[in-house]
Amino acid sequence: MQYLLSGITTGSIYAIVAIGFNIIYNTTGIINFAQGEFLMLGGMISISLCSVMPLPLAIALAVAVTAAVGYCIELLFVRWIHNPTVLRMVVMTIGISILIREIALHVWDEKVRSLPYFTGNEVTSVSILGARISPQILWVLGTCALIVVLLNLFYGRTLLGKAMRACSANRMAASLCGINAGRMVTVSFMLSAAIGALAGCVISPMTQTQYDCGTSLAIKGFTAAIFGGLGSSSGAVIAGLLIGVIEAVSISVLPLAYKDAVTLTLLLLILVVRPSGLFGSREAGALKEF
Amino acid sequence: MKRFVAIGALAAAVIALHLLFAAAGAEYLLVQLTMAAYYALVVIGLCLLMGYAGQISLGHAAFFALGGYTAAVLSTNSFTQLMGAPALERLVHWGLVTAGTDAYGAAAHQVPVWLSLPLAVAAAAAVALVIGIPVLKLKGHYLAMATLGFGTILYRIFLGTRLFGEADGISSVRPCALLPGLTIGGDTALRTQNYYFAWALVLLAMVLSLNIVSSRAGRALRSIHGSEEAAAAMGVNTARYKLYVFILSAVFAAVGGFFMTHFNGGIGPAEAGIMKSVRYVAIVAVGGMANLWGSLLIGVLLNFLSLRGIFGSYDDAVFGALLVFIMALAPDGILRREFLHRIMRVRIRWPFSK
Amino acid sequence: MNSIKNGTAILLALVVSFLVMSCKGGGGGDTIKVGALFAVTGPASFLGSPEKKTAEMFVEELNANGGLLGKQITLMVKDTGGDPAKAVALAKQLINEEKVFAIIGPSTSGESLQVKDLCNDAKVILLSCAAAEKIVNPVARYVFNTPQKDSHAVARIFGVMKDMGISRVGVISANTGFGKAGKEQLETIAPKSGIQILISEVYDKDATDLTGVLTKVKAKNVQAIVNWSIEPIQAIVAKNIKQIGITVPLFQSHGFGNVKYAAAAGEAGEGIIFPGGRLLVAETLPDGHPQKELLMNYKRNYESRYKEDVSTFGGHAYDALLIFKTAVEKAGTLDSEKVAQAMEGITGLVGTAGVYNYSADNHNGLSPDAFEILTVKGGRFGLYTRK
Repeated sequence: MQYLLSGITTGSIYAIVAIGFNIIYNTTGIINFAQGEFLMLGGMISISLCSVMPLPLAIALAVAVTAAVGYCIELLFVRWIHNPTVLRMVVMTIGISILIREIALHVWDEKVRSLPYFTGNEVTSVSILGARISPQILWVLGTCALIVVLLNLFYGRTLLGKAMRACSANRMAASLCGINAGRMVTVSFMLSAAIGALAGCVISPMTQTQYDCGTSLAIKGFTAAIFGGLGSSSGAVIAGLLIGVIEAVSISVLPLAYKDAVTLTLLLLILVVRPSGLFGSREAGALKEF
Repeated sequence: MKRFVAIGALAAAVIALHLLFAAAGAEYLLVQLTMAAYYALVVIGLCLLMGYAGQISLGHAAFFALGGYTAAVLSTNSFTQLMGAPALERLVHWGLVTAGTDAYGAAAHQVPVWLSLPLAVAAAAAVALVIGIPVLKLKGHYLAMATLGFGTILYRIFLGTRLFGEADGISSVRPCALLPGLTIGGDTALRTQNYYFAWALVLLAMVLSLNIVSSRAGRALRSIHGSEEAAAAMGVNTARYKLYVFILSAVFAAVGGFFMTHFNGGIGPAEAGIMKSVRYVAIVAVGGMANLWGSLLIGVLLNFLSLRGIFGSYDDAVFGALLVFIMALAPDGILRREFLHRIMRVRIRWPFSK
Repeated sequence: MNSIKNGTAILLALVVSFLVMSCKGGGGGDTIKVGALFAVTGPASFLGSPEKKTAEMFVEELNANGGLLGKQITLMVKDTGGDPAKAVALAKQLINEEKVFAIIGPSTSGESLQVKDLCNDAKVILLSCAAAEKIVNPVARYVFNTPQKDSHAVARIFGVMKDMGISRVGVISANTGFGKAGKEQLETIAPKSGIQILISEVYDKDATDLTGVLTKVKAKNVQAIVNWSIEPIQAIVAKNIKQIGITVPLFQSHGFGNVKYAAAAGEAGEGIIFPGGRLLVAETLPDGHPQKELLMNYKRNYESRYKEDVSTFGGHAYDALLIFKTAVEKAGTLDSEKVAQAMEGITGLVGTAGVYNYSADNHNGLSPDAFEILTVKGGRFGLYTRK
């Protein structure tokens, strides 16, 4: 049971990162490799602000600032590119992520920081079926669930959300229907930056925040997003949790050092059987090529 | 015919650089150029794979490390410990292993290069084959994920296994004598011959790659890049061609890693890391994807400058900025006529004007 | 096509870059060149950054006080980014091109091992800031290191365990050079000290949660847990242990010697026992203690100059330069053979990490009592006293 909970702990972190990937992918077909940096920025900014204002306000402000950064990235680098091929955007976003990371290194420094726990402190834990878990995990899971529900409502019910989905399905057709496709891309960048920042704040008490923590989080999140099937937020959450649980089970039987190797081998096997991820549609996988 | 002229020009440039450095008393620059040449081998292979076959690989550093670790394990006392005394005695008896000691007097057996190099190549080819068959069926981001995953698996194995020295990697790798008068090693006296050897390898790889590109296979590859379905419909065995190129590029990388390890006297797990793989992919993209010369130039230049420590603590920052700006301004690489034209005319298009 | 043009472009680009580089050459003059290889950026930047700052501060002060043998010191800091291949390339550059007399660093043991033979063959003195035993064993004539030895840290930890009546322990360590070296020492020394290691696991230094592996350790019914790493993840270990309800004491390595880690662990950090250099508890040392003055000086200067807490890592660079300075003054000449000899003759030299006594077969120079057993009280480090 403790292993299962431990798996859910790591899994929930992967899941919350993976959601951010999906938002930009949904409107643009791009995987934004700078997603991990949004988390780092959210965490870092809220930590800096936390000393001068109450925690909720600091988080809200950090989310807003990071969304603004997302907007700037879209404005400066993405908007005026005429024919964004997937590979070009991959390399571009990798470049952006390296840049943000290095800027963060010089703005803050190499030291590790963290937000205080939202509830309780470092040693508090709640007991579930005889196993123990930090209350922060419940915050992460709650945030995850909330984001997924809100996103589904947003995409399904609001005009803006529907417009974004239209862009994702067929950009040209959407433009012809009077949707400003460019603005949708802007919105999606801001939205995913904001969600990334929120995720960065929520996980910061547990994982700690450092200028280069974005990369490893992004890789895990990317893995979860792919295995959940690109474009599916709930798929991402399930895949994230699944990866966490597989890792935990692998730890319980094999040396920890090979955890990633075991997990990835298993996931690659899944990918061979289901080339578009667990919950992805076949067309979505085939649509965007290099 | 023109491509042979270009190869000749490159060969001339290699010699000219040596003479120039020698005249300026700056022969030490050859060290970093030699290392850059080994990294360039990875880039050439990856350029074939990405630019011509249209398949991304975010795990290519693993092949480089595979070659390097093979060289390291087969020529240090890791090997002595791995095999155990009786087996070693037999191998020495058969002439497959030479006994010796390392710099500090510990027993260290070495497999001669005529055996260890083919082993490294075979290892890389075998891994590429096993990985390539299932993985190359994937497309787009899924392929990127799969290759990233494969790279991570190998990285974790290097990092977690005692035979490979875990986090410290393997050091005290001895030079290997390739031919009489040609030894691959880091000694200052060997500097010039190592420089020429490394660049001879690059030239060889370039000749091979250029030939492939302009052969029947090359046309098949480009048709795959254009549209895999169309290529398949025209009777091109797309799966087989993709696999061939994947294996070839893995072998290039492994050869680079093999000799680099002997040249440096060691290898560490960072060589297999994801950041290295990303770097190779980015170099190919900046060089212009299906542009072997561009990738070679960018690869050598960037690695050379980085290994010289020119950018200090801003090394990664410069690299990131370069990626962003080249992708924004010259998506087909900087060695394209359109980009050069644009630079000539210096017409800045502001991001705010639609 | 335009491949000829490209060929010429390659040539041109390389020539240009060469010219750029040859411009910054020259200089020289009557200075002593000392190279430094630190991982200022990259995954080990928490080591390299304070080391670089300390080295720059030290050299500046030394030069202001008249330098060494009447000559000014030129310190050339190169950032390796924690990449061994780059460390090799930069070391060759420092040796062959800048003709440095000595090299301080590298920061990590992986890099140090890669440049060990290189420096030794070139007869350039290398003062590594990494702790791994293999750097100085087997002994290479020109290679020394300054951090406290892992084996000493392990011996001190086992000593405390014996007092507490602990004999069954679980070991977890990070997948880095530091973690690996510690794990090896723990496993070698444990049988001799009557300690039984029931489980030994290696985790990823970038992991975000370790409750899984700690559950595995907990199930072995150990009496204490030893964690060996140097990264910020040490705070996560402390937190996870409390969160899953493990009550046995946690021992950390001397890699915990950064008060930020204790702060990050918060309440979960209370009561952690670890061996550490006296730099961390400089204020609480009695006034007559031989290290007190030096430690307080370094701490004051560093903290007022860089507005951040000192850590033991910066101290390693301080000691390296101090030892280098002492040896050169003792040798009275800039001959690497003589300086290496002088270095081997250093005894009773007080540094930040402890008192150094080098000899021909001991290129580390510290003894187990370079460590104090420390603990965390109220978010600060203090001397450990048995209840």
